Amino acid sequence: MNYDTLDRRRFLATATAAALPLVGRLAVARAAAPPDARFAFVLLRGALDGLAAVPPWGDPDYRRLRGEIAIAPPGEPGGALPLDATFGLHPALAFLHESWRARELLVAHAVATPYRERSHFDGQDVLENGAARPHALASGWLNRALAVLPAVARSRGDAGVALGQNLPLTMRGPAPVASWSPSRLAALDDDTLDRIAELYADDPLLSRRLADALMADDVARAASMDGPQRRAGARDLEVLRAAGAFLGRDGGPQVAMLDTIGWDTHANEGGAQGRLGARLGVLDAGLREMKRALGARWSSTVVVLATEFGRTAAVNGTRGTDHGTATVAFVLGGAVQGGRVLADWPGLSARALYQQRDLTPTLDLRAILKGALGEHLGVPAVRLDTEVFPDSAAVRPATAVVRATSDSRV
Amino acid sequence: MGMTDVVAAAIATNRFGLGARPGELARVAPDPRGWLAAQLHGGAPSLPAGSALESSASILVQAAKLREDRRETQRGAAAPGAVPRVIQGPGAWYRPIYLSEVQARFSAAVVSERPFIERLVHFWSNHFAVSIDKAVVLGVAGAYEREAIRPQVLGRFENLLLAVERHPAMLLYLDNAQSAGPASPLARRASASGRRDPGLNENLAREILELHTLGVSAGYTQADVTGFARMLTGWSVSEGEFRFRPGLHEPGAQRLLGRSYAQPGYEQGAAALRDLARHPATAGHLARKLACHFIADDPPPAAVARISTAFREHGGELLPVYRALIESPEAWATPLAKYKTPADYVHSAFRGFELPHDGPRAGLAAYELLGQRAWSPGSPAGWPDRASDWDGGSALLQRIEWADEVGTRLGDRRDAQRLAHSILGGVLSDQASNAIARAASGAQAITLLLTAPEFMRR
Repeated sequence: MNYDTLDRRRFLATATAAALPLVGRLAVARAAAPPDARFAFVLLRGALDGLAAVPPWGDPDYRRLRGEIAIAPPGEPGGALPLDATFGLHPALAFLHESWRARELLVAHAVATPYRERSHFDGQDVLENGAARPHALASGWLNRALAVLPAVARSRGDAGVALGQNLPLTMRGPAPVASWSPSRLAALDDDTLDRIAELYADDPLLSRRLADALMADDVARAASMDGPQRRAGARDLEVLRAAGAFLGRDGGPQVAMLDTIGWDTHANEGGAQGRLGARLGVLDAGLREMKRALGARWSSTVVVLATEFGRTAAVNGTRGTDHGTATVAFVLGGAVQGGRVLADWPGLSARALYQQRDLTPTLDLRAILKGALGEHLGVPAVRLDTEVFPDSAAVRPATAVVRATSDSRV
Repeated sequence: MGMTDVVAAAIATNRFGLGARPGELARVAPDPRGWLAAQLHGGAPSLPAGSALESSASILVQAAKLREDRRETQRGAAAPGAVPRVIQGPGAWYRPIYLSEVQARFSAAVVSERPFIERLVHFWSNHFAVSIDKAVVLGVAGAYEREAIRPQVLGRFENLLLAVERHPAMLLYLDNAQSAGPASPLARRASASGRRDPGLNENLAREILELHTLGVSAGYTQADVTGFARMLTGWSVSEGEFRFRPGLHEPGAQRLLGRSYAQPGYEQGAAALRDLARHPATAGHLARKLACHFIADDPPPAAVARISTAFREHGGELLPVYRALIESPEAWATPLAKYKTPADYVHSAFRGFELPHDGPRAGLAAYELLGQRAWSPGSPAGWPDRASDWDGGSALLQRIEWADEVGTRLGDRRDAQRLAHSILGGVLSDQASNAIARAASGAQAITLLLTAPEFMRR
């Protein structure tokens, strides 16, 4: 691929403009996705540095701003894995790069939720609740999306599973969802469990939670054959693999949510190698495991990875980056119409930065999520605009997120 | 004693305390509020094992020495004829320190006769959270709590705040120790000689405003964060102790919340912290957190207002704040309003069943299994404090499995039927009482008591 002669801005303009005229048409054509479609959401808590995960190495200001933590251009030692004439992937993201080449990865850059302050906790709340401000809702967008899916998709019990001990806000709400996390203890004897269940009969919360947990535990026990791995990052690998097993099962949940932490890189972030690189490597390996566990269902799967906000454009005084604004999001999976960067790149010049410090957001994360939920799961557009992401009609869904001819719709 | 006193005793020991030990309810029942108020006297108790634990200064100095030795060994190994020698890094060296600290804190929680004060220590330690996912915190988290939090929980909030923000654990955890003002002497020298610019790190300043004092919706701006971060430049660590380094400090006056701070050096940041401690938004933020912890996930506004008023009227003295909390009728109105965190759950089980608490890793293993490893909230916001953060199905199953293991281990060495009345008293339901009485074995009876709905809540 020879992007060297292609003008950066023109390339990006083509990439984004090509998608625009399709708004509406696809939303109608894809209103009813088959129950085979699978969706996973991976929340990267702590504010992933989008300028490190997807370095804009072709931007004239990038290297100056990033200094010693800048990722080198493709081809240089420790250089980025090439995407196009502007962007690359962090060298630790080998599986994502393979997926890119297989056209199964869509990269969105200069993305942000509507939140414009810099608190992790409020930022995550906005990302999870799906509204325009923190603490506006006590339920999450993914649960509300599940709740409006056609009843047929939900007729088989829990439509969603959260991989973790507790339900994150994204998955809280009216639709029944289970939670699961690796359990290390021997099985309880059934008589004791029956008695505990009886003890919870008059306690709606505990009886519901116990029923959820027992159902989820059966599935996961059947799925993990190759034993727990105990090295660093093993939990992420195990949980991503379990998500693949849940979603890959016939009649299993349609939606999974995973939580990861460890992205808050204020100091010693590193470049091609270092703290963030190691963390990205674990995530990348886990996603590869997830694909393996999904088996044939990978072709009808869409995985969205997002974080609450980005980090400062410039490296700080402690070789890290502070809380910022726009960042990246990834859409990955066999059903994805990938191999594209979705970005209206604002640039990194002093004048282009948001409040003279952060990458300026030019794309609302909700556009990506709406595109994926609408096209892939068949969540009706009007419900996306009003219930899943309240008051978001002005945010047009991204289009052509999934393949028109993906296996999920034949 | 009336029915109400029996319920009030259960609330005092479970919600304000760390769970009743056998016999404790009977002692508390005559005057549950008085039992709590009496614990506020006599200063903050130090850890029984505290004398055997090292200071953070000593730990940090030894860690620095270890790093230096290792560098020298590496240099030496490159020399011809050198004998290779392996020296462990501070990470591995911190681990046993962490284990001793967890064990000491855990034992105190299990045996304390002033469990209300221990809970307050845990509350403030979580309010000013550090997290061991940063390596150095593994070494000093326990010392931080013993040095900065524990001695201050019965004093003035301002002193607690200053002790925390000056402590090396916090300065290192939130990256302030190296933060340098853009016009500081160090930055100017660096840029003159073409070296990498040391620069500002706003992490600590932001979290002080957002988490430690005002709260996120108090209306401060990015300019406030930056201004405050500049005031705090120079708040650093040397020889394992707090050291103000003029070379890192940004010269000149700075603004915060519309006020100008022109004090020189250290005094600038300290003055801002003192103002933040007295700010009405801080009173409201702390009152909400305390009420959420001691009354309900969504505490009644009247109770929050009362606590906040006590804070402001007494200039941030904490004893009147705690008294306002104890005297809030809302705290006594609804038994079992709070779902136990994993740590609450483990503490109350160890206290109620008098489980052996001083073995190696006794508490640590349970914390880890149930999802709340000590000092590891993963972010400066600390552990969350609402039921929905802890009541997941999988988490419940893990408690049940742990309870089953405890039951199996104890077998008939505890009489669950007697203990149920002794530690739950007025909140024990007929249903749980009957289930325990009809259990198939002593072990199963223990499991049922530990998994009963009234044991899951406080």
